[in-house]
Amino acid sequence: MSSERLPGIRPRPSVWRRMDMTARRCFPGSTTALVLLATAAPLGLPGQPELQASAVLCCVFFWSLFRPASMPPAVVFVIGLLSDLLGYAPPGVSVLTLLLAHGLALRWRRVLVRMGFLLVWVSFILVASGAACLEWALTSLLTLRLLPPGAAFFEAALSAGLYPVLAVLLTRAHQTLAEPEAA
Amino acid sequence: MIRLSIQVRQALSKLTLPVLVAAAFGLMLLGKADTRLAERARMALADALAPLYGVLAEPLANTRTAIDNLRGVVTIYEDNAKLRAENERLRRWQSVALALDAENASLKANLRWLPDPTPNYVTARVVADAGGVYARAVLLSVGPNHSVIKGQVALDDRGLVGRVTELGERSARVLLITDMNSRIPVILEGSRARAILAGTNGSRPRLMFWPEGVTPVEGERVVTSAEANAFPAGLPVGVVHYTVNGGAEVEPLARLDRLEVVRLFDYGLRGVLPPEATIAKMPADHKK
Repeated sequence: MSSERLPGIRPRPSVWRRMDMTARRCFPGSTTALVLLATAAPLGLPGQPELQASAVLCCVFFWSLFRPASMPPAVVFVIGLLSDLLGYAPPGVSVLTLLLAHGLALRWRRVLVRMGFLLVWVSFILVASGAACLEWALTSLLTLRLLPPGAAFFEAALSAGLYPVLAVLLTRAHQTLAEPEAA
Repeated sequence: MIRLSIQVRQALSKLTLPVLVAAAFGLMLLGKADTRLAERARMALADALAPLYGVLAEPLANTRTAIDNLRGVVTIYEDNAKLRAENERLRRWQSVALALDAENASLKANLRWLPDPTPNYVTARVVADAGGVYARAVLLSVGPNHSVIKGQVALDDRGLVGRVTELGERSARVLLITDMNSRIPVILEGSRARAILAGTNGSRPRLMFWPEGVTPVEGERVVTSAEANAFPAGLPVGVVHYTVNGGAEVEPLARLDRLEVVRLFDYGLRGVLPPEATIAKMPADHKK
């Protein structure tokens, strides 16, 4: 809840402070896009395409859960489109998957935000497994070819393993860099 | 800005997600209806990123080489022994090859053999993996005024890599022979039997449809066939390898997992270079 909505008299924020707050509000969306671009770079890591899909899903889920105001559906849509283009998936597949993950995070928000990390992780694993299956099914359907399911399993497992690592970083950012109140 | 009542705003914000989900389905239909559109959008993005990744590729490759070198120091003694043995073996092969080359030349001279014209080629740097989760492809950085066309054959210094499938202003996408959608007519070099090499998205493509009475032999070399006019005959592809379940696969000769530079051959346009010129040029291309 932002303090602007709370009653009370306070001075009008200066231009710098407003710019700072805007930048902090844009942090989740822009860093997720940056993660996409960075994981598409020629790093030569094994399983890099799966890493790209997993990292983006982690970011979108985390921010949708903890800062939905900074990760609105339109931003998720744009990130999904970018992910489709960079990940050479049929257009629309990542868009739909990420939007559904975003929707689920919003729906479970009231319960999950109050719960400990473990429950959030477990629900993320559910979302990630569903997302990998959906992506596999949609890609198979759109390319009219039964794709090997191994990549989907790997993607789900990678997402599950990556989430705790990213969550530590993102929680730090959430409390410091991306916090509009800290401006 | 239009001032809306709180109720309307709430209703609108509730509607955004369903509308965007519907838009995602629309996007899928659009991508299916007009495949060129998605391809163009993708290559426009690749064009924008290719120079950036091209700049990044070199230091990243250097880092990888440095790590490999460090690893190499540990196994230097074993490697040395192995290389010595291999060198000995190759020296023997070299003398055989030279003798065969001389014999071949004299036979060709006797037969008044018309030499095959040498194809044109350009060399391009691999800047990124362009496969995604369900495809195997690489992105090449080609100059702004390139002469690359779709369907050109890509080879690295060891063997067949794939074909150019998508083309942008300064980038090109090469579908690898390991991709699900790759089908290559090949010849088994020992038996001269024809077969199809089908990609599976795994590291080794599968061998299919060889004629009855012929069995691919483990370790047999596989080369392209000129059937279907997609490839010239005789490009080295790989060697036959059997899986534990008895399925025939081909271990590609090209190092598909660590491609750095590939050559794009244009077999449609016949080059004017005499064969010697290309042979003299080749070592320069091979150095990384």
